[in-house]
This record gives sequence, C-alpha cells and structure tokens, in this order.
Amino acid sequence: MKKKFKLEDLDCANCAAKMEDAIKKIDGVNDATVSFLAQKMTIDAVDEKFDDIMKEVVAVCAKVEPDCKILM
Amino acid sequence: MLYRILITFVLFLALVISEKQNLFGDISDSWYMMIPFLVPYLIIGYDIILKAFRNIKNGQVFDENFLMMIATFAAFGVKDFSEAVVVMLFYQVGELFQSYAVGKSRQSISEMMDICPEYANVEENGELVQVDPDDVEVGTVIVIKPGERIPLDGIVTEGESQIDTAALTGESVPRRASVGDQVVSGCVNGSGILKVRTTKAFEDSTVAKILELVENASSKKAKVENFITRFARYYTPVVTIGAVLLAILPPLLTGGGWAQWIERACIFLVISCPCALVISVPLGFFGGIGAASRIGVLVKGSNYLEAVSEMTTIVMDKTGTLTRGEFKVTKMCPTDCSEERLLEVAALGEGYSNHPIAISIREAYGKKLDMTRVEDATETAGHGICVKVDGKKVLLGNEKLMKQENIHLEPVQTGGSVVYVAEEGKLLGCIVISDTVKDGAAEAIREMKQVGVKKCVMLTGDGKAAAEAVGEELGMDEIHAELLPADKVDWVERLQNQLKDKQKLAFVGDGINDAPVLTRADIGIAMGSMGSDAAIEAADVVLMDDDVRKIASLVKISRKTMTIVRENIVFALGVKFLVLLLGALGAANMWEAVFADVGVSVIAIINAMRALRIKR
Repeated sequence: MKKKFKLEDLDCANCAAKMEDAIKKIDGVNDATVSFLAQKMTIDAVDEKFDDIMKEVVAVCAKVEPDCKILM
Repeated sequence: MLYRILITFVLFLALVISEKQNLFGDISDSWYMMIPFLVPYLIIGYDIILKAFRNIKNGQVFDENFLMMIATFAAFGVKDFSEAVVVMLFYQVGELFQSYAVGKSRQSISEMMDICPEYANVEENGELVQVDPDDVEVGTVIVIKPGERIPLDGIVTEGESQIDTAALTGESVPRRASVGDQVVSGCVNGSGILKVRTTKAFEDSTVAKILELVENASSKKAKVENFITRFARYYTPVVTIGAVLLAILPPLLTGGGWAQWIERACIFLVISCPCALVISVPLGFFGGIGAASRIGVLVKGSNYLEAVSEMTTIVMDKTGTLTRGEFKVTKMCPTDCSEERLLEVAALGEGYSNHPIAISIREAYGKKLDMTRVEDATETAGHGICVKVDGKKVLLGNEKLMKQENIHLEPVQTGGSVVYVAEEGKLLGCIVISDTVKDGAAEAIREMKQVGVKKCVMLTGDGKAAAEAVGEELGMDEIHAELLPADKVDWVERLQNQLKDKQKLAFVGDGINDAPVLTRADIGIAMGSMGSDAAIEAADVVLMDDDVRKIASLVKISRKTMTIVRENIVFALGVKFLVLLLGALGAANMWEAVFADVGVSVIAIINAMRALRIKR
C-alpha cells in the first residue's frame, strides 16, 4: 500500500535525504520518498503492518529532524 | 528572526566600536571580554546550540547546527570573540535568505501546479450547490460557469463555450466545445455556461492523474541526483575529519600555534554542509519538469529528463504519431465509369463493414446509403468483400481477391491502400486510401535534427510503399515497414545496441499495440490525448496534445536543465574546495567560509529556479 503524508517544518534538504534513508531501512517498507520541495512523504509498505510501520516512521523522523511534523 | 538579526547586529556594532575606542581598557585582551560578546552570540545562536545538543542526544552528530556550534566555540576558545558572533550572525542571515529562496521556489512550483479544481457546481432542487469534486458521482450533471476550472472529465450536454487548455497542453488557442464534445478537467471555461455530464470520478480524471504523475516525478531520481546524495553522505564526515586533523596534526608536528590551526579547522567545519548541492540539484530538475509541463509535456521523473538530454536516436511509430491515423480517400482511378459511380458502388458494398477503410470510403461518399440495395455481403479477412449491389455481384478488395476471381487488372503503385472495385467480373476502377501526415510532423523532424538528434527512424506495421511515401516526405533516416509489434521491440533493441555510451534512444508511439516498445526504449514517449491509458502508464514522457513538435522543445528544456544542474554542482563544489584549500593554507577567513556554505546555497537555488522559466 502506498500512502502520502504532508510534512510541516521540514527545513533542511539534507535532513530530508537522511529521513528517506532511515525510513527505507525500516522492516516492511518497500519504498519511501521524502520530498523536500513538495514537503511530502510517500511510503510504500506492507499492508498488514502499516500502522506499526508508521509508528516507527514517526520515531525515526523525530530522531533525524525533531522540528518536522508528519500530518496524518 | 529578522529582529534577532537586527538586535544582534546593533549590539555587535556597539561592542566593536567600544573595543576600538579602547573603552574596555585593560580587560580588552583578557577572558572577561567574552562576557559582553556572549550576549549577542546567544541572542543570535541559542536555537542552533539547543538543536545541536538535541540532535546529538538523538544520535545525529554531523548536522549543520553541531558544526556551527563547534566552529564558533572554537573561535571563542582562541579568544576571537567578534569572529564567533559574526560567523553565527552571517550564518543566520544566510539561512534566512535560503529559506526565503526555497519558499519562493516552492510557491512558483505550486502556482504552476495550480490546476487542481476546488469545487464542482451541482444542481440540487433547482439551486446550484458547490461540492467537493471528490464527491461527485460519475454521470452527474455539473454546471461550469464562465471563467471556472472544469473539475471533472465529461461530455457537454448543454451550452457552448471556448475552453482554455493552456494549463494542460500549453496551447494558447482556445478550443471550442459544444453539445456532445468531450471536455477535460483542469482546463478553464471561457465565456459560455456549460452543462457537463461527468464520465469519470475525480480520482480517475485527467487532472488528478496529471497531479499524481508530477508529484511522483521527484521519486524517480536522475543519476546526477543519486550521485549528489551519495556524495553528501561522504562529504560531511570527510571534511569534519579533515578539520580535526588540521587542528591537531600541524601543531603537534611543527609545535606551537594551536590557535591558528584551530581557526583554520573551524573554516573546514563551516563548509562541511553539502546543503547547496542537496537542495539545488533536485530543485533544478523539478524546475525543468515544471517547464516541460507548462508546454504540455509530462515527464515522469528527473531520470527521464536527464535521458532526454542525451537522446541521439528517435524511433517513431507511423500511424497516429507521424500521421493522423485517419484514413482518407486520396485518389480515385475509374477505368470504365464515372468517379461518382465508382464511389457509390464502393460505399454501398462497404456499407456493413467496420473496417477503417470502409468507414473512410463511406465518409468520402458522404450521402445517405440506401442499404436495401445491398445483400449477401461476405467479408474475407486479408482479401476484401464480396457482395450483391442492385442484384449485381460486386467485389471490393485487394489484388489477391481480384486474382482469385480472375479479374484482370493493372496494379497501381501508390503510397496508400488500394481497393479495387469490380462489378459482374469487370473492373470498375480502384480507390486509393491513405493516412494523412500530421500538420507539423515534417517540422518536428527538422527541429529534432537541429537540436542534435542524429537518427530518426520510422517503424510501422504498414506496407512498404505507404511507409516509404510518408518517410520520404518527412525526411526520416531509416524506414522499416511491415513489422509486427514484436518486430518493433527487436528493432529498438538492435538500434540500442548501435548506440555508444551516454547516447539514448527514444520511442514515440500512440500506444496502440506498442506498450512493450515504450517500456523497452530508454525513453518512451506516448501521445496523451489519443493514446490509451495503458500507453500513458507505460510511457516515461507524455505529450498531452499529441504534438510531436514538442519533442524538440523538450530536448531543449532538458539540455538547459542539465546545464543549470551542472553549473550548480561545479560552482558549489568549486567554491567549497577553493575555500577549503585557502582555509588550510590560512588565506581564508570565517566570512568566506560562511559564504561558501550558505551564500553558495542561495546562489545555487536562484540559479536552479531558472530551469522553471525556460521558454520553449
């Protein structure tokens, strides 16, 4: 399943790249993109565990860029 | 932020002036001087320090905040208090500029993508109600007032208007729409009120599809982009390690002079953020894709834009791409009767057939057919039709059919399909039907050659004579005819093998039967309005208005985009390495280092935005 999320206060392009990298490493994530320009995140992950994966995504993002909020 | 910068600036100026006036007297050389300088430093830089600590706690060490903090702390450490404040101040000013530039570019991108309709007018109990296009069911009649954006694809049921399709196709001449015409979402209605019965739900409508394509475009990254991301991963740690070495090794080896080397190391730290590249390279591609979509060409990813700039061979399908895909009667050669009679017999004989050739003959006849005159029609695929018209046996078909029926004929050599007409065993004559070349197709080939496409190849399933007639008219370099869809894939592969490194092949088709070729080619270009959904899905580039002339414009846009991206890479890396080198030798100061960081970012962003403004 593919889902898009809006991001708020994503201020640095390098952090976006780091977030993308970190999210891709989460188990069950097939693909992920974090677009600094569009302030959007697309996550393609396994259906069954999507909610758990999202929790991890939020945690990972908070680690990389604490100011950035994911709008669910 | 602006206030913080101003306050800091005033405070800092006051401190420097009082220092110069020797107002501090004896303490001006001692550690006490740190205290007055700490005030403006903390005002301007407290958030950076906070963020740096927070990120270290989260295991993110090498970020900008941390590097700035270390650099300025080190400046304090070597008693260069004013420099610590200046660096922080300058950095924040740069960040402010940078976020302004990014905000501006985001704005212009979103303005360009502003084709999303906000509401649809639906009539409810005689009153117009504005609803979310998402909630409109297929088959609902919506009302589009003058000047409004068409929210959903549909068919006009009432009214007449001019429709501005510029947002989708880049075409500035408005298109007329009246009852029975298809209208496409995302276009703007002109001066008339239209009632439209929707044929698609919002998520399937053209506008939603386009927005999705453009938004997803950033996920398919160009080689250059991937290179930059990989580069950035190594750049920061390497420069930071360089800084540490620079601070420790020379003083240990040569002895003494710690302060001087620490200062030089700080310069390294300030330059170690790769932000200028990480922002400006994707932004340049985004701009290029935006510029292309403004002329009605959708590019599905920066990697394809990059590939288009390296395109040297273009392979084109004939029917529907170079030609209209509509058959027309172009010539009639009666042998033993008038042209009208020849056409009348043919039209009646083909009256029941759905073959494109039959349709074009009926169209050429133009009058109403009295089908009671026709009986006993049998169609043999690959041959033609045998039928009784007014009780007489009529044969309509190709040479093979005539030979089979022992009818003598002089074969006609022409570029189209020939239908021979015979009545009661005697040839009446023949009708030539051919596909007409699209307006501007020849121009498109010429323009493509001008922009550096070396080889234009035409592949078609049609007969050799027809293919060569069209190919020569257009000036194609190679023509391969009588191909099955699988043969087309073979030819594309063969042509790809002839390419050198860094040369790319594009295939242009309308998508009917050629989805496999579209996928196989380096760049698959499909016709948007005529092409099938499957083709648009399989293609990498979509021409919204089916105008092949746009391909040359796209090549220009892609080249310009690549130039801008390369300029940014060379400029940003050049400045950074220069300042690194000067810094190591002691010839650069902090000011230059901050410029090499944020200043370069701002300039690169402004340069990248030029990609969005490329004219065709």
